[in-house]
Amino acid sequence: MFKWKKLGKVFDPKDLRTGSWMHEFAQSPSVLVGDDAVRVYFCSRPAPSPDGQYLSYISFIDLDRQNLLNILRVCERPILPLGKYGTFDEFGTYPVSVIRNGEEIRAYYAGWTRCESVPFNAAIGVAVSMDGGETFHRLGDGPVLSYTSDEPFLLGSPRIRCFAGRWQLWYVAGKQWQVIDGKPEPLYKIRVAFSDDGIHWTKHGQDLIADRLGEQECQACPDVTYRNGRYHMFFSFRDMRNYKEREGGYRIGYASSPDMLKWKRDDDLVSIGLSDAGWDCEMVNYPHLFELDGATYMLYQGNGMGREGFGLAVLESEAAWG
Amino acid sequence: MIMRWKKLGKIFDPTQHSLPNRCQEFAQSPQALVLRDRIRVHFSTRERDSVGKYLSHVAFADFSRDMKSLISVSDQTVLPLGGLGCFDEHGIFPMSVCADGDRLLAYTTGWNRKVSVSVDASIGLAISHDEGLTFQRHGAGPILAASLKEPFLVGDAFVRRYGEVFHMWYIYGTRWQKFTENAPPDRVYKIAHATSVNGIEWQRDGRHIISDRLNANECQALPTVIYLHGVYHMYFCYRQAHGFRVDSDRGYRIGYAYSADLENWVRDDSRAGIDVSSDGWDCAMQCYPHIFECDGNVYLLYNGNEFGRHGFGLAVLDKII
Repeated sequence: MFKWKKLGKVFDPKDLRTGSWMHEFAQSPSVLVGDDAVRVYFCSRPAPSPDGQYLSYISFIDLDRQNLLNILRVCERPILPLGKYGTFDEFGTYPVSVIRNGEEIRAYYAGWTRCESVPFNAAIGVAVSMDGGETFHRLGDGPVLSYTSDEPFLLGSPRIRCFAGRWQLWYVAGKQWQVIDGKPEPLYKIRVAFSDDGIHWTKHGQDLIADRLGEQECQACPDVTYRNGRYHMFFSFRDMRNYKEREGGYRIGYASSPDMLKWKRDDDLVSIGLSDAGWDCEMVNYPHLFELDGATYMLYQGNGMGREGFGLAVLESEAAWG
Repeated sequence: MIMRWKKLGKIFDPTQHSLPNRCQEFAQSPQALVLRDRIRVHFSTRERDSVGKYLSHVAFADFSRDMKSLISVSDQTVLPLGGLGCFDEHGIFPMSVCADGDRLLAYTTGWNRKVSVSVDASIGLAISHDEGLTFQRHGAGPILAASLKEPFLVGDAFVRRYGEVFHMWYIYGTRWQKFTENAPPDRVYKIAHATSVNGIEWQRDGRHIISDRLNANECQALPTVIYLHGVYHMYFCYRQAHGFRVDSDRGYRIGYAYSADLENWVRDDSRAGIDVSSDGWDCAMQCYPHIFECDGNVYLLYNGNEFGRHGFGLAVLDKII
């Protein structure tokens, strides 16, 4: 059983006393551990346009390695501008997942565009930093993982990893747009692609995780860790209907695999609940795990899909890995 | 080599026929499928949707093998449009058919409407087992879509098999640009090449293969290739990026390039041997060329004024000098 002890909220841009380009939201935290600091990349948003539409940018904070609740620095400006006219990431970059690759740091992110018949579409992009993660530039104006015959739209939620000498990109692929109460709602499932260089990808082409809520289950944020000879995935899931409130919102699921392809789902092994009150009393989702100094931590976003920031929990016992 | 074409005039006018899917005008990008007893010409025509915007649908017209008489026009849907949110939800234009054993592979350009720019496009695949009467999608998504270096507007596929290799010529967008403050953004696109062993999974060359004649913003579209007398000949159309709808001098013209090896192309429009007429249906524009061979004749199908709103015409190769 993965029993998590909550350590509290780490960051909410609304708590900043100095002015910031970040208006609200701190979503999809992704960690790079440094010698003195733990850098957490995440996605945040300026105030919405008059018609209520948001843009999403990638940001970071540095946490004190000795005390992860102590913020050392807050990113002064987005690390990557949005895409040009007509590109896949013109209207947002969210979520993000970062990884070291020799001297460079790579950020894989979902780029957002706006459409007419459905509200949006997404594909996965890659950007590289050569200055230690302060600024990033795109490797091209288009996506690094794009639509194919059986993945027609909505490629998102990237999580980049390098296990066993190869690159893996866990992501979600859209299956269907369904009109529910007059509004198109997407259905998407977790998939994986493999690569030798992180640029040219071969899609595995199968949904990896069995549904728990039936065919209408949306799955997101496949965060994979390798421990004790097995791969462990913590992810988020919800029903495609009525998901904005506490009742139907994203919850954390769990699956494990010997080979990254065959996964056994067992959500009951995860124990992290909603708080009675406060920033994570309605939602606990988008988990991201990292190891630091012998302990395993989980960053996760709270209410309103991270509108109220993200927080930290620590695994109570390493015996959970089995 | 210099090509010499004899124009045979406009051979199909969509307004003279009842077309499926409530289509009214336009017979764009005609592409020939030579059958035993006829030549089936698939083209894209248009209906107006409930908000007054166009939806492009595939239809066809059957001609006798000498192209002298029209036999019939399709009366049913050849390939329905894509589903909600799919790449080909708002139109299929053009569609290019390539025979593969006892089936036909159709490479479609699917269109979907966007917000900051008007549209995006990707290349899809559909398969026919009934000589092109109907096609079924290979999947709901595209087989060639935007990639790292080809960010949008991937379309206009033309596929032929030489030896064991499928060759695809297609276009992709390089930029959207506002040329004047109040104009909507215009697009720039270029011709590229990809290869495949099965016609489904493609390797892209990653380069423009046809040099610009006008300027860096030249838009190049609809490549068509034929092998004649030991040389590969490519026809395509090209235009200025802005003002092309209203100013005939900025509109589509036919371009030409040749290659000995399918790798290196020499552009030389002066050898094309066809240009706009001094008056009539193709006096202001020529676009969407398609070359094919039947019974010893080489034909060129193409559209004229207004991007084919009033139909398509035909020319026959008179000689190669």
